[in-house]
Formats: sequence, C-alpha cells, structure tokens
Amino acid sequence: MNELVFFINKVLISGTVLGSVYALGAVGITLIFGILRFAHFAHGDLMTLGAFVSFILASIATSLGIQTFWPNGFIILPFAMVITAGLALGIDRGFYQPLRARGVKPVTLLIASIGVTLMIQGLIRLFAGVRTRSFFEEVPKELFRLDMSVIGASRPLVISEPQILLVASTLAAVIALHLFLTRSRLGKGMRAMADNADLARVSGINTRHVIRATWVIAGALASLAGTMLALDVTLKPDLAFNIILPIFAAAIVGGLGHAYGAIAGGFLVGFAETLSVFNWSVLLRPFKGLLPEGWSFPSDLSIVPTEYKLTVAFVILVVVLLVRPTGLFKGASS
Amino acid sequence: MALLDVKGVHAGYGGAPVLNGVDIAIDAGDIGVIVGPNGAGKSTTLKAIFGLLKVSAGEILLDGTDIANSEPDRLVPMGLSFVPQEFNVFTSMSVNENFEMGAYIRRDDFSGLLVSIYDMFPDLKAKRNQKAGELSGGQRQMVAMGRALMCGPKILMLDEPSAGLSPRYMSEIFGQVTKIAQSGVAVLMVEQNARQALGLASKGFVLAGGKNRFTGTGQELLDDPEVAKSFLGG
Repeated sequence: MNELVFFINKVLISGTVLGSVYALGAVGITLIFGILRFAHFAHGDLMTLGAFVSFILASIATSLGIQTFWPNGFIILPFAMVITAGLALGIDRGFYQPLRARGVKPVTLLIASIGVTLMIQGLIRLFAGVRTRSFFEEVPKELFRLDMSVIGASRPLVISEPQILLVASTLAAVIALHLFLTRSRLGKGMRAMADNADLARVSGINTRHVIRATWVIAGALASLAGTMLALDVTLKPDLAFNIILPIFAAAIVGGLGHAYGAIAGGFLVGFAETLSVFNWSVLLRPFKGLLPEGWSFPSDLSIVPTEYKLTVAFVILVVVLLVRPTGLFKGASS
Repeated sequence: MALLDVKGVHAGYGGAPVLNGVDIAIDAGDIGVIVGPNGAGKSTTLKAIFGLLKVSAGEILLDGTDIANSEPDRLVPMGLSFVPQEFNVFTSMSVNENFEMGAYIRRDDFSGLLVSIYDMFPDLKAKRNQKAGELSGGQRQMVAMGRALMCGPKILMLDEPSAGLSPRYMSEIFGQVTKIAQSGVAVLMVEQNARQALGLASKGFVLAGGKNRFTGTGQELLDDPEVAKSFLGG
C-alpha cells in the first residue's frame, strides 16, 4: 500500500496544489479577456508582485513580533490582496486604459502587457534582488504526516500547512467568485459585459465601473495565487512568470471568458502534469511476483521526464483546440 | 415641444457623413416609424440618438435637454432605451438575468415591472431560467424588448424588431408595440416591413440619403402616391 500513498502524495496532493494555483491565475486571465478582450500576459508577474507584497507585509508583521497559529504569510493575505488589487488598477490606469482610449487593437494591448511583464520583473529585481527567498526563514514550515497504517502502509501521507491553506483558500475564493457572479448586481453586469459588451453599454451598465471591478478581482486572486505558491515553494522574481504558459493553457482549455472553465482548466492541466511525470513503475512494484523469473518492470514508466512537464499543458491545449476550438466550456470567441 | 426632438442631425462613423440633416419628433404615446431604402441612415439615426456615434451638427432634445453625444449610461436613466437589431440579448444569461440587466441602472424594487413584462410575453414565463441563446428568434426578440422595457423608459427605440421573424411573431411584436405605446411610452422604430409598420404609425418618416424625404402620419405616407411608388414598392 506504500505505492498507493506514494501515488496520493505525488499525484493527488501535488495535482491539487498545482491545479489551485493554475486555477486562480487562469480565472484572472479569463475575466480580463472576457471584459477587455486581450490576453493579459503580465498576469504571472502580477502574481509575483502580489507574493512580494505579501512577503513585505509578512516581514513587517514578523518584525513587529506578531506570531500566530497561522504563518504570517497567510494572515496578511487580505491586506496583500487589497494592495495588489490597487496595483492592478494602477497598472490598468497607467498603461492599458490610455491605449484603450485610443481604440487600439487587442494585439497592441497584448504587446503592452508583455512590456508590463518585463517592467514588473525588472522593478522586482531592482528593489529585491535576484535571490530566492522563503517565507519560512525564521519559523519552520509545518508538515502534517498522516499515518496510513490503517490501509497497511508504512509511509505517511505528507501535506504541508501552506498546501492545506492553498487548497482551502482556493475553494473559498471559487465559492465567493461564484456567488459574486451569479448573485450580485455588479457580478451579473460583469457577465453581461463579457457576453456582449455593446449590449451591456446599451443597457446603461457603467462599463468603466465593471472594468475596475475586473482588475480588483483579478489582482486580488493573483495576489492570493502568487502568495500561496511562494508559501508552498519559494519566492523569486520569476516565480509565476515560469508558469504563465500553463496558466494560459488552462484559461484557453476552459474556454476564454468562462470563469468556471478556467477553474476546471486549471485543475485539468495541474493533474495532467502531475500524472505525466509520475513514475507509473512504482504502482507495478507489488505485482513483481507475477512476472516470470528474471523479468522485471522498467524502472521508469513516467510519460514525460520532469523537466518536460511544461509540454503537457501544450499537448492538452492543442488537443482541446483541435477537438473543441472554443474550449471545454463554450468560451468567448476571437 | 415634443418629448424627443431631433433637429437637423448630421452624423457619421468617421468617414463620409451618413446623416445629413435628419428631423424626428415624437411624443409620449406615439409610434414613430422610420422607413427608407438601404443605406438611407435609418439605423444610424437611432444610433446617433443613443450616442453610439458622433453627432457633428444639429441637436437632439429629450424633454428639452440636449443629449447629443451623451453616453448610454447617462441616457438610459433619462428614460431612453434601445433594442439593437442584432446581438440584442445576453445569450449566456438566463431570460430573467437579461431582464435584470435591463434594470441595471435601477436601485429600486422592480419586481412589479418584471411581473408585468412576463404578462406581456407569456411565452417567456416558462423559460425564465433558460439561457436566452437557446431561444428561438421570435422569443429572443421578446427578451430583447423586455430587457429594454425594464428600465421603465419614456422612449423605446427598436431597430427592425420584425427582421427575420415568422408572421406569427411579427404580428405579436407589432401588437406589443401598440400596447407599449398605449401605456404612454413613445416608440420609435426602424422597419423594413414598411407597409405594416406605417399602418401602426402615428408618425412616419421616410429617409433617403441621410435626410427626411417625407414626414407625416403613417396613414398620410401610405396614401401618398409618390411614397408608395418610390419606397413601398408600388
């Protein structure tokens, strides 16, 4: 049964953690695409920026001697989310809004967002340096080892505190987003604008207001995703830039403009990655006795080597685009 | 003074002007119908009133206030409502949500109005939680009109409401237009089915080349041999 526990650790837990990060990022990208019709390439760096905001706040909290049951990187999250939402609004006001006012094509906004990517990364490197940081430099990261001897396994199920918090806060964010989009006036207005921006305008919906709300939500979720990712691994200037492509794949797979699709796409890509790099040979070990004398299973049966994990997202992306060009859920076209 | 008074409006999409001096005047309870050949500027007139393109000259008075070049989110609260010809429902949203979006500008309780709109279009009652994109063309047109009525407009502008509809739905839509006007709303619509529409009209406007060619009551225009010959197909 050790093999099963190994599978759960390597695939289910890792997949859920990775999927949560992808889902939170992809929701932001899909909302921005739905409302503003451009691919926000700088979204990964907004996540990194959010993580650095959290890091600064957590450092301040630590230096003030704040010590709670939760890691400081987690308790300051609400503040970091508010600050990052403000930064996202500022980025829109400073860079994208002037371009929209000139009626530029979406591809111009995409290129501008690549510029914002380089700018954010440059600024982070300038002020924070290039070194890798950890939220757990002073206090150790708590690991939970669940005894699995009930099912006859000697290995424990291992999950870290940040991972539990990540999954729980993703769940909370998804529920909150769902209620916002289906129950609130502004949330419905946001869906209306994503569905048909001209008609939303004709209906008297204040589209500038909806755009601001979109940046606030995308910024807050980016901060949540970036911070949780940094809590799970480490914090570095290219933290989320490295995963922007699978996040885009998740948003596209789910159907651009479709919030629930992005969440599903995030988990789909996350699990596909962990399933592909998992060494399936491990699961065959218990059946070794069934083989004829002198035979053995290959020692590595993973679908792709870990270094090629990123390709998995693109295989899924290409297949989905071939089979269902609008994404798994029917997304906004163009 | 008329409720909506369009005086000598010139407007265009940035290139050559499409409207070269259009005059429209309608009052509460009126059904104003704009007819004319393709490219005469019929739909453009509605869009110009609704601030969707730039008015370069002339004035558009709503209750005496000049509203030329105002944004729709200012016009809707002033009582102006518009149903575009195409893409006029939120396809991914339910019928009920479409109506709620029509009432987006309202902060008061609009449940009474919602009930009266379902009474107006009983077909939609059973479909209230169905996505508007799944409905037939005629039902979509009803959703579009319902959405536009949810803001409680003084003036309802319809761009070719009967386009592509079966005769059954067409007469239903025209029947509702008559009722809406009787309730005191001014209706201004562009129509291809000119004969039928002018039959309902209390005011008719024949546009050609971006300006008024004939103006009169619906019946006057129907009776005018020249209008009949040039614009109603003999």
